Amino acid sequence: MQVPAPFEYERATSVDQAIGLLERLGSSARLVAGGHSLLPMMKLRLANFEYLIDINPLHAELGYIRVQADEVRIGAMTRHRELLESDELAAAFPIFRDAERVIADPVVRNRGTLGGSLCQADPSEDLSAVCTTLDASCVIRGPGGAERVVSMEEFHVGPYETAVGDGEMLVEVHLPVRSNGGSAYEKVERRAGDWAVASAGAAVWLAPDGTFADARVGLAAVGPNTTGIPEISQALRGSTPSEELYERAGAIAASSCDPATDQRGSEDYKRHLADELTRRTLRKAVERARS
Amino acid sequence: MQVTMIVNDTEVTREIEGRLLLVHFLRDTLGLTGTHWGCDTSNCGTCVVWLDGEPVKSCTVLAAMADGHEVRTVEGLAKGAELDPIQEGFMQCHGLQCGFCTPGMMMTCRALLDKNPDPTDAEIREAISGQICRCTGYSTIVRSVRWASVHEARVNQ
Repeated sequence: MQVPAPFEYERATSVDQAIGLLERLGSSARLVAGGHSLLPMMKLRLANFEYLIDINPLHAELGYIRVQADEVRIGAMTRHRELLESDELAAAFPIFRDAERVIADPVVRNRGTLGGSLCQADPSEDLSAVCTTLDASCVIRGPGGAERVVSMEEFHVGPYETAVGDGEMLVEVHLPVRSNGGSAYEKVERRAGDWAVASAGAAVWLAPDGTFADARVGLAAVGPNTTGIPEISQALRGSTPSEELYERAGAIAASSCDPATDQRGSEDYKRHLADELTRRTLRKAVERARS
Repeated sequence: MQVTMIVNDTEVTREIEGRLLLVHFLRDTLGLTGTHWGCDTSNCGTCVVWLDGEPVKSCTVLAAMADGHEVRTVEGLAKGAELDPIQEGFMQCHGLQCGFCTPGMMMTCRALLDKNPDPTDAEIREAISGQICRCTGYSTIVRSVRWASVHEARVNQ
């Protein structure tokens, strides 16, 4: 029987009370949301904490999707199923529904949360790639209600490491909305519900003349963290979408990512996927931006 | 710590360790061994129960998280001696061989039919995509759910 090592269970009653607990207990405490990454790691003794603070009771406070004209705001406790089922979110950013369809399985999606996914900071994690693609910012709340906002690049410090410090909590994710946008996500996995062998997200914004006003690509599972690729944005901006451009973007993705050979696939195969999935998602994102 | 929850319409209160998983609470503390315990890593889905009406993998939920909430297990599907149509469907269509995955399959599929009374085969397969039948009897499971769907529609007419 696999069970976590003994810990004290604390239940959060509000965001500020949870932060107060974190402040008092320091690095011996950890927040648990859906628990589908943390609890298996604790069973395997890859993670050990003296205290777990259950923030599931905060779903009413932090489970929301607010689509505004210039920005989408999503609460950290919003569950995968809610992200998948939100028509408003799918209309603003179809990349979310593309990704959520292939994240874990429907039963796990009933528990897992956006905040938990980002804070796990697994290099293969899909929502981190989605948020990187969409140029998200993360709102981190600390003691006394003080909030700071960090970009996705700043948020992920390294594999399984984030900018969230002791006594702090990720509370919200902001996604900027720009006009004439389209987005898409594609993942290759060994079997339904698995982590990605490689995956790619693309978001594009078209100028009135049909050229790329901006384009962003985010990759998962091909480096120490989910990565954005600024060189692709530079190559596409100002140009007219074409198969040749997608090919160039794919080649940049393949050469600039940093995959490792493991049981999910060889380095070469993952570079091939980074190339192919970048092309496919850019193509689809442009189609969606035009329609 | 003390937890109180409603399990299959009955309120239970027990003293537990914070690290106790819901699957072990149900099986070992309450003796409800209908819920099976399999992979321990939220992959196989044999431990699926409902938490406030939503299917969850109980090997990856702390019993403490269910405190103050409502849990339903496979033992809570039948109404007295009358089987739930999903149970009847599994019986009629040979939806189980060794039976190990069956409780989780039935809890997930019952929840599917509650939301979508007439699912396509693809929708049924999607719903159970986080559950493993190692006898590979997926076709008969899908058929069993279809049986329940059709049977319920007739009863409700």
